[in-house]
Amino acid sequence: MTYTGNRGLQLEEPLLFEKGATDRCGVDLPSVPEVASRLGGLDRHRPIGLPGLSEPDTVRHYTRLSRQNYAIDMGIFPLGSCTMKHNPRLNEKLARLPGFADIHPLQPEATVQGALALIDELATWLKTLTNMPEVAMSPKAGAHGELCGMLAIRAAHDATGDSRKVVLVPESAHGTNPATAAFCGYAVENIPADARGRVDLAALEARLGPDVAAVMITNPNTCGLFEPDMIAIGAAVHAAGAFVYCDGANFNAIVGRVRPGDLGIDAMHINLHKTFSTPHGGGGPGSGPVVFSAALAPFAPLPFVRRVGDRYELVEEAQALASSDHDLSFGRMVAFHGQMGMFVRALSYILSHGADGLRQVAEDAVLNANYVLRSLEDVFTAPFAASGPCMHEALFSDDFLDGTGLSTLDFAKALIDEGFHPMTMYFPLVVHGAMLVEPTETESKASLDQLIGAMRSVATRMLAEAAETFKAAPHLAPRRRLDETAAARKPVLTWREPAGLAAAE
Amino acid sequence: MRYLPLTPDDRRDMLRTIGAPDIDALFADVPAAARLDGPIAGLSHHMPEMLVERHLGRLAARNMTAGGGPFFVGAGAYKHHVPATVDHIIQRGEFLTSYTPYQPEIAQGTLQVLFEFQTQVARLTGMEVANASMYDGSTAMTEAVFMARRVTRRTKALVSSGVHPHYVNVLKTLTRFTDDDVVVRLPDFTPDDDLAELAAQVDGATSCVVVQNPNVFGHVADLAPLAAACHAAGALLIVVVTEVVSLGLVRSPGEMGADIVVGEGQSIGNGLNFGGPYLGLFACRERHVRQMPGRLCGETVDADGRRGFVLTLSTREQHIRREKATSNICTNSGLCALAFSVHLSLLGEAGLRQLAALNHARAVQLADRLGRIDGIEVVTRNFFNEFTLRLPGEARPVVRKLADRGVLGGVSLGRLYPGIRDLDRGLIVAVTETATDADFDAFEDAFDEVLA
Repeated sequence: MTYTGNRGLQLEEPLLFEKGATDRCGVDLPSVPEVASRLGGLDRHRPIGLPGLSEPDTVRHYTRLSRQNYAIDMGIFPLGSCTMKHNPRLNEKLARLPGFADIHPLQPEATVQGALALIDELATWLKTLTNMPEVAMSPKAGAHGELCGMLAIRAAHDATGDSRKVVLVPESAHGTNPATAAFCGYAVENIPADARGRVDLAALEARLGPDVAAVMITNPNTCGLFEPDMIAIGAAVHAAGAFVYCDGANFNAIVGRVRPGDLGIDAMHINLHKTFSTPHGGGGPGSGPVVFSAALAPFAPLPFVRRVGDRYELVEEAQALASSDHDLSFGRMVAFHGQMGMFVRALSYILSHGADGLRQVAEDAVLNANYVLRSLEDVFTAPFAASGPCMHEALFSDDFLDGTGLSTLDFAKALIDEGFHPMTMYFPLVVHGAMLVEPTETESKASLDQLIGAMRSVATRMLAEAAETFKAAPHLAPRRRLDETAAARKPVLTWREPAGLAAAE
Repeated sequence: MRYLPLTPDDRRDMLRTIGAPDIDALFADVPAAARLDGPIAGLSHHMPEMLVERHLGRLAARNMTAGGGPFFVGAGAYKHHVPATVDHIIQRGEFLTSYTPYQPEIAQGTLQVLFEFQTQVARLTGMEVANASMYDGSTAMTEAVFMARRVTRRTKALVSSGVHPHYVNVLKTLTRFTDDDVVVRLPDFTPDDDLAELAAQVDGATSCVVVQNPNVFGHVADLAPLAAACHAAGALLIVVVTEVVSLGLVRSPGEMGADIVVGEGQSIGNGLNFGGPYLGLFACRERHVRQMPGRLCGETVDADGRRGFVLTLSTREQHIRREKATSNICTNSGLCALAFSVHLSLLGEAGLRQLAALNHARAVQLADRLGRIDGIEVVTRNFFNEFTLRLPGEARPVVRKLADRGVLGGVSLGRLYPGIRDLDRGLIVAVTETATDADFDAFEDAFDEVLA
């Protein structure tokens, strides 16, 4: 143990509240002119309790904290269904151009023609890449996009007086799918998967009926597999008077090679923060535009950008209601027009690749995942490997650890000691102890070989050595295994002054 | 292509390892009718960095920037000076390119930031707990109404006429297909507040009353009497704050009795960005925490007993609870929360109070100057950094003419409340620390010309 608690370059950092002072300020501000207050006596008198840091201490505080994070800039981040690919810095640079970053959402239309043109250009790419006639740009993340799609579906049924009550969702779906359907007032029912990890078409057809409003399908699905019956599924769903919502979280596997509009899909969100590489930022911001079929287009949300001759209009509530083509819109989902900062980054990424480069993205993403799958299937249990190639992610289960007393969690923590961010754990729910590995196209073969080597080595050791070592992993990270049960039992969600200090005041 | 590391040799070797004859074999599950044999037609091909930069640079140059001239636009998004340190920190790859902290042992940086952020937001709003952020203020407000329904098991929400109309529209959209009964009031021209009427309307069926402070017209009000009326009827008071800098000077919603405080956090640390990404703030009383939406970071210890942080209470959330979750939110505004937290750490309490006082003083100065122009009346009596003017004629064309003269002069009520005749002469003007005396002069001169 060292005096400081630091270990070489691994530096401990106290909380802001333990090192700052409420009278310290790291910003030089002009003095305040004397005026008669117009607050009506509503001044805030009591202490707020917000510590400040000098500028040098601010830089150090956050730099030290940053070094306790793993990130895509440091190495492969094979988190399945999250598409953690390289984030080009060109995109960051362009999003910071004052012409995009320093404009207000309520400026007069004539003063933001370049911004509206950019939104329209990105919208055109998204519609063309998916072969869908309409796109809603305002949803702020994937789950928000799902909500947008499902609201349009609900509005379309309501417009014809059709009060269908049920949405069908595969067991393997992201949790956001059933949560979204419930949010729109629907009862959720599971669709079973077949032995090959795909939607069971016969079971789906048997369940379809006049009470089913929509089917939510992820394609490629969360097992990393393409749904080969997708066109048949769409036809059956449409024949029953329902709509097909597609969760586009895995669009990276097919972008430029398959257009979802050719598969009979009515609505699909596109995570710009996955497929089009806007950075995840430790949990957002995201962006989730939704493409629509002709049947749902009239119900798309407001506002949207429309090109009229050589200028662009932002269509808000008043113009939409007065029009004949958008008077059925289900309304506004966000205060303004969506994630402009993400639009700039996504368009920069798209133009850099072009139609040819995006096709290569899908091919390399799928190639990398299959390389991982085939390089590890002899050691790991790969439940669907026998059914053919995977798409952009390789799914394993922890069945190979049977009898060792160890599980997926222990494997993940051991992988942390090897210097990797682990794969997605325990999702999808349809296989035991799921391990979902998504390498993405921005990993080199050398990077994959190192990950594969580490995974083989850890798995082999887990089968041969004492379980305790792995139960106690990670050993080398900034923290050992954290007690999540204790955190949930008695939640401490904000910092409070230690009792002794408070009493002394 | 500069972002793709595989060489043709790599691809060939990897296909051999896989046992596939070519790349098409890996896409064998795609139905024949949906296969494309080459790049999609009608789209451009890959471009070098220089050309992409040139193209987007041209689009950017066609916009009039807030920093490029006199600027007084607010109504839910505000131009403040963001210290250079903030952008440097959020561009560190360890923050920018990390994911939601699902593996806490290697995400303590993000988690400690979230814990500090939650504490800052709780203190700023005068509440006990706060979550790790929502998409923006409008979606946070909608989630608060749903939370009030879960807490009270009642469905009627009363919404003040002072709430930003876009926020109200988001709430209307998202309650179209639920059992919620949202009672919305339209403002009249001098909407000092409708708080007394709301207090009289609260009854045993009311789940919550939603008010904004300062409201969309800039008006600042004492919410304590309304809070008392809500609590007497067993309803919750939800307070919306769209200009968080105000909390450095104006009594906090918590002190006035709010049960849930939601807000738009863009003002601190985040640029205008044409409306997004922004930062939804969400804070509440500790007793309601299990009904809260969104991610929460909590303190715990590791196997060696050292303090650490994890995402917690996830049994509320969609990835565990699925259709019974408190919200469908997954990705939130993590990086915007970091920017907010860094800026607020730089300011500290003393700096925030001074910044807020500066905003208020400058707004008072401009209101006094504009109020002396013939035909202009300052409608808002008590305000923070934003107030509403009544012009002699319709305000929307005035805004356009001011822009033609290089002045972005505010938001017309005609844009926010289209079709409501009584309001179309209204103009909301926001003043922050960024406006100079020369900007004030230019605004006044342009007004004189346009109104002449």
